[in-house]
Amino acid sequence: MSRACIVGAFEHPTRKAEGISVAQLHMQSARGALADAGLTFDDVDGYFCAGDAPGLGPMSMLEYMNLNVSHFDSTDSGGSAYLVHVAHAAQAIATGKCNVALITLAGRPRAAGMKSAKMPLAPTPDTPFEAPHAASIVEMYGMVAARHMHEFGTTSEQLAWIKVAASHHAQHNENAMLRNVVTVEDVVNSPIVSAPLHRLDCCVVSDGGGALVVTSEAVAKSLSRPLVAVRGSGEAIRHPSAGRIDLTTSAAAVSGPRAFSEAGVTPADIKYASIYDSFTITVLVALEDLGFCEKGKGGAFVADGNLISGIGRLPFNTDGGGLCNNHPSNRGGMTKVIEAVRQLRGEAHPAVQVADCDLALAHGTGGSLATRHGSATLILERQ
Amino acid sequence: MNIADIAEVQFDAASFWEAAKTHRLLVARCNACGEAHYYPRQICPFCRADDVELAPASGRGTIYSLSVTERPDHRRVVAYVTLEEGPTMMTRIIDAPQDIAIGDAVTVDFEASPDGLTVPVFRRT
Ligand SMILES: [Zn+2]
Repeated sequence: MSRACIVGAFEHPTRKAEGISVAQLHMQSARGALADAGLTFDDVDGYFCAGDAPGLGPMSMLEYMNLNVSHFDSTDSGGSAYLVHVAHAAQAIATGKCNVALITLAGRPRAAGMKSAKMPLAPTPDTPFEAPHAASIVEMYGMVAARHMHEFGTTSEQLAWIKVAASHHAQHNENAMLRNVVTVEDVVNSPIVSAPLHRLDCCVVSDGGGALVVTSEAVAKSLSRPLVAVRGSGEAIRHPSAGRIDLTTSAAAVSGPRAFSEAGVTPADIKYASIYDSFTITVLVALEDLGFCEKGKGGAFVADGNLISGIGRLPFNTDGGGLCNNHPSNRGGMTKVIEAVRQLRGEAHPAVQVADCDLALAHGTGGSLATRHGSATLILERQ
Repeated sequence: MNIADIAEVQFDAASFWEAAKTHRLLVARCNACGEAHYYPRQICPFCRADDVELAPASGRGTIYSLSVTERPDHRRVVAYVTLEEGPTMMTRIIDAPQDIAIGDAVTVDFEASPDGLTVPVFRRT
């Protein structure tokens, strides 16, 4: 069976984009991913972007890059959109709509002076019922953490292990914003932002961008990069269900099983996982929903370094993730795919490279876990 | 567009906001299937019938989850409260004591929001 392959991946090295526009960051990232693949802008016949791209859908960016494509998609599910784009690109390639799909993300919330992400005020039916309370994104995820602790006895110390693992990886990444290794005590003694979440439970705010190039297997085989195939994918949206809310389960409970089923593998087969980490709790809930452990057992699963490469059962976010490395445009899905590609190619930092990494998972969570959110899961294989 | 402007064109919930002005909390219930829902729609989100009625709620509920932020001048508490009538709604707990917790019983109150809506909040019973 012919499978679409990720042939190019590029993470913009900047973390503070003074004097660089969002469009420029997108195009620099695109150039980097195409160069990584051994392709040029002239080869691109499909383009994918989300709400971080300036303009209506893909139009302004296509004009800026002076591209003409036969297929486009601007599906937006927040930070998970870029994983959806990989899946949609694979589907478009399979049906002959395009052969070389370019996916870009970029943003500069740090240079623009944004301290923490606020929910946008949109004329949606839910806005009058939520916006007056002005819940910050930390308060939203704080409610998820509080409920998980209440139902399952999850502790702040267990959540802290997720940050500890990310920091162990970030020390080897020269571009990471936070390279200092932290302990469980460091995390739980950091100031509480919105209880029960501490400052070190939160991801960084960074500028930057990233891009991916997805092609048909035939094109991929004509290039000189290792073959990283899209073996399975899943996507889902979850919301408060008209008042029957359950904060301890995410849309990953749908996207994960779909991706595993399509790939014909199980969580036990996964050698490396990129898990979107806007907050420590985001990782914990996703690991449970994806089936790496039972619902409610995430705290025990992540404890004692189980996510640290070379130590634990499931090495995760070996670039340092959003918690320590990079969270461009407040959307962490792109960098999740990029690090998974590095691992599958054997191009991660030697200190964190997983031995014989031939099967990886990348997972994104976009929007707010406490209200409306979109999850997307990819299972990637080195062929 | 401010929040009150947005509320004004979400016609489904006009009577909810009108009642809130006089500090009455209404809950939406479908006459066709009997299910209550939140936020109020005119089309039932469960059976999709047009027969939804907004009726007075008891104003009592329990905290489903919460997040506490200590500000220099007050304790800010964002919460989900499960109403006696069934649905769970996003709100805030005002005048919350330090030991405010999931499962606490709460009673509705109302606050004027800066851009012109009167919104339901809760305080510990
Ligand atoms: Zn009904």
